[in-house]
Amino acid sequence: MNKYLSTILLILFLFHSNTSYAKKGVYQTSKQFIQKSFLGVPPSAKVMWLSKEDKQIIMNILSHKFNRLRLRYWQIKDETVWIINEIGKEKPITIGVHLKADYIVKLKVLTFRESRGDEVRHDFFSKQFNHLALTENNHLNKHVDGITGATLSVRALTKVARLALWLHAKAILKT
Amino acid sequence: MMKKTLVSSVFLGLFACNVAVANEGTKELRKVIIEQQKILEMLEQRLNDTDEKLNATADQIESASDTVFSSTTIGGYGELHYNNYEDKDAVVDFHRFVLFFSHEFTDDIRFFSEFELEHSIAGEGKKGEVELEQAYVEIDINNDVSSKVGLFLIPVGIINETHEPPTFYGVERNGVEKNIIPATWWEAGASINFKLSGGLAFDGAITSGLNSTKKNPDGSYNFTGIRKGRQKVAKATAENLAYTGRIKYTVINGLELAATMQYQTDLTQGLGDLDTASATLFETHAIYQVQNFTVRALYARWDIDGDEAKDSGSDEQTGWYIEPSYKFNEKVGVFARYAEYDNKAGNNALTTVESTSLGINYYIHENVVLKADYENVGGSKDTKGFNLGFGYQF
Repeated sequence: MNKYLSTILLILFLFHSNTSYAKKGVYQTSKQFIQKSFLGVPPSAKVMWLSKEDKQIIMNILSHKFNRLRLRYWQIKDETVWIINEIGKEKPITIGVHLKADYIVKLKVLTFRESRGDEVRHDFFSKQFNHLALTENNHLNKHVDGITGATLSVRALTKVARLALWLHAKAILKT
Repeated sequence: MMKKTLVSSVFLGLFACNVAVANEGTKELRKVIIEQQKILEMLEQRLNDTDEKLNATADQIESASDTVFSSTTIGGYGELHYNNYEDKDAVVDFHRFVLFFSHEFTDDIRFFSEFELEHSIAGEGKKGEVELEQAYVEIDINNDVSSKVGLFLIPVGIINETHEPPTFYGVERNGVEKNIIPATWWEAGASINFKLSGGLAFDGAITSGLNSTKKNPDGSYNFTGIRKGRQKVAKATAENLAYTGRIKYTVINGLELAATMQYQTDLTQGLGDLDTASATLFETHAIYQVQNFTVRALYARWDIDGDEAKDSGSDEQTGWYIEPSYKFNEKVGVFARYAEYDNKAGNNALTTVESTSLGINYYIHENVVLKADYENVGGSKDTKGFNLGFGYQF
């Protein structure tokens, strides 16, 4: 039987050695997402500095500490785009969120680095966030169906959707 | 006439003088404005420079405190249990203390490990064990294909691969997956994962097999059960391998359907005079979540060849459970579970264990849970009791 094992391992080795590795998990670059959101003419990036109070609200949304001092975003009138990283289980998932007025236009997983739970990258899942808004207590106004086995990734996307809606409202208020 | 001319001349003179003074004033004003303009431009430049410096400082601070992009990461989970059943002493046990260490060599090649201490203390005569449950390198071949080599969890069942305490109901893991599958189950080998299309995935693995034998003092061998056959990759006999395939469907939000088939070439590993015991495991499960309601259902079955398995009735082993649950809010969820399993379904005796459980999970934090459940066990066993526990993951 060990002969079979050797053969299989040899096949696997040859399979790997003859494969040029493609960069896994990058489904769209941040630049592409921003360009697409603003129909090809992206504005310059703006910066939102976060106060102590802001960080407390963000911590409540994310359920963990938020160490960033500020966030970059892109804005034209009442439309904004945010690129936010949030950990699923171990690695950050890069998520792009395009918002208008008080709702999400599109949420997309741009880079997925976890070894499990990548089903969240598919449109059949992420389109559930389209047109969702924020309730008074910073929750989404509609339930998002999860994916079994991808619970932590689903949770990360839901938190980012809530955070982006809150940041968007703050940015719009500023202008 | 002369007077008029003189007065006009005086007025004209005064006006001209005023105009000259006004022109000089405008010039002066322009000069001041130009100077102020320069000052404003300089201040604007300084402001931009300060902004740049501020952003550069913020970048530096954030990159220093940002560990999420680090190549090496640490995680873990743990669970403390209290079991109180009829006719048994109550037991408190720090059942599992687990640390994950992982490292990304490149974007496409990464290492993952799970190191576990069971029952708090391990060593000669102690009740606990130190175990290496996972240690593998995963290679991404492209966006849809990846491969693992090393020691990894068998892709089967619901809790074998995902068993952090906040992810399931009940203090103890369910009896069907524990005694039939048998979770937690890891082997050494190689595997490949294909993501066929959105939400449809296939796993294939070639691994070390079970060794369901026990050596007697006289040198002969007895056939033991499936759970006891886990060699845990500790100088494991690898004469006979196992082949596993799983298909998983997650296209519909909230729904997971999966089925696993495994073929063990010989559970005896050719030891002693035991009859060859090739075996097949079939497992299938469904999980469906609608709003706050979730139902999990699983069925598993072993068919084992060989005289020894047939004689003991363990040639057929089956189990199933159904578990509806409801989460009232982010903090509280309740569940009920009915389970049946039989490790000797091939005989005519009453060997089926029936278990009915009810319980609650209270989440202090999304990653920290307090659990309580009541279990009534019937069939070939007759007992009842309750369990309390706490668990965490990070």
